[in-house]
Amino acid sequence: MSTTQIVQNENTVIDARGPRFGAVITTAVLATALATSNLWVIVAQAIVFAIGAIRGPQLTPYAAIFRKVVKPRLKSSVITEDVRPPQFAQSVGLLFALVAILGSLTGISGLFVIAVSFALAAAFLNAAFNFCLGCEVYLLILRLR
Amino acid sequence: MLPIAVVLAISSAYGLWYQRTRGVIKAKNKAEVITAEKIGSPLGSRATLVQFSSAFCTPCRATRALLENVVADMSDVIHVDIDAEDQLELVRELNILSTPTTLILDSKGHEVGRAVGAPKREQVINALTAIR
Repeated sequence: MSTTQIVQNENTVIDARGPRFGAVITTAVLATALATSNLWVIVAQAIVFAIGAIRGPQLTPYAAIFRKVVKPRLKSSVITEDVRPPQFAQSVGLLFALVAILGSLTGISGLFVIAVSFALAAAFLNAAFNFCLGCEVYLLILRLR
Repeated sequence: MLPIAVVLAISSAYGLWYQRTRGVIKAKNKAEVITAEKIGSPLGSRATLVQFSSAFCTPCRATRALLENVVADMSDVIHVDIDAEDQLELVRELNILSTPTTLILDSKGHEVGRAVGAPKREQVINALTAIR
């Protein structure tokens, strides 16, 4: 027997491999930002994060590359997921990117390094280990209230 | 390049631990009783699977489908899916830190097992078989 308290909303469902591929590119871009301390690299990534957070992770430039170049070559069956978990992860990424930009503009380089490092860690964990950021941090944030 | 190496090394260590521990059912032996009132559902006559889910959680969906399927032909086991966001007091009391977290309760409501992350079908069945 089974009872469910959660209201089952009909949410947008996307190909789960898309955000995972996006995380691979994000990892490379954030590693470049960390290596070069270049403001424009993190600004570009912040714009991508903003599109992912506001419009959805399936609408970022990385998702377009996935659809046009990667997906036609994949043979594995499509695994779908709710759009909300990767969208949440994009929002967290955006937050870190904005802090990094703030650090760069104010000349506090430590802030830039720490913020980019956290974003890089999250993107790398997502790419390499299928890490679910929303699963691990959302409840902790709620519990702080 | 040093910061990148440090971040990737720490993340890899965490990632390996994450992969190894997520979904594993750990045996528990809790004295306190989780009542039907608390979880908002009657307890199963043999066992209850109490799943905590959240909105931003991909494996929660898979876990729900798996557990619903496992209990489908077990009339003495009940699966309850709780939105953690609506039950923060219970979440704090039971020390739920992430989703999905599934508690396995015996007939009296004692927590006898807990899985953080999506559990494996075989482990769930084994854990339920062990409850008499």
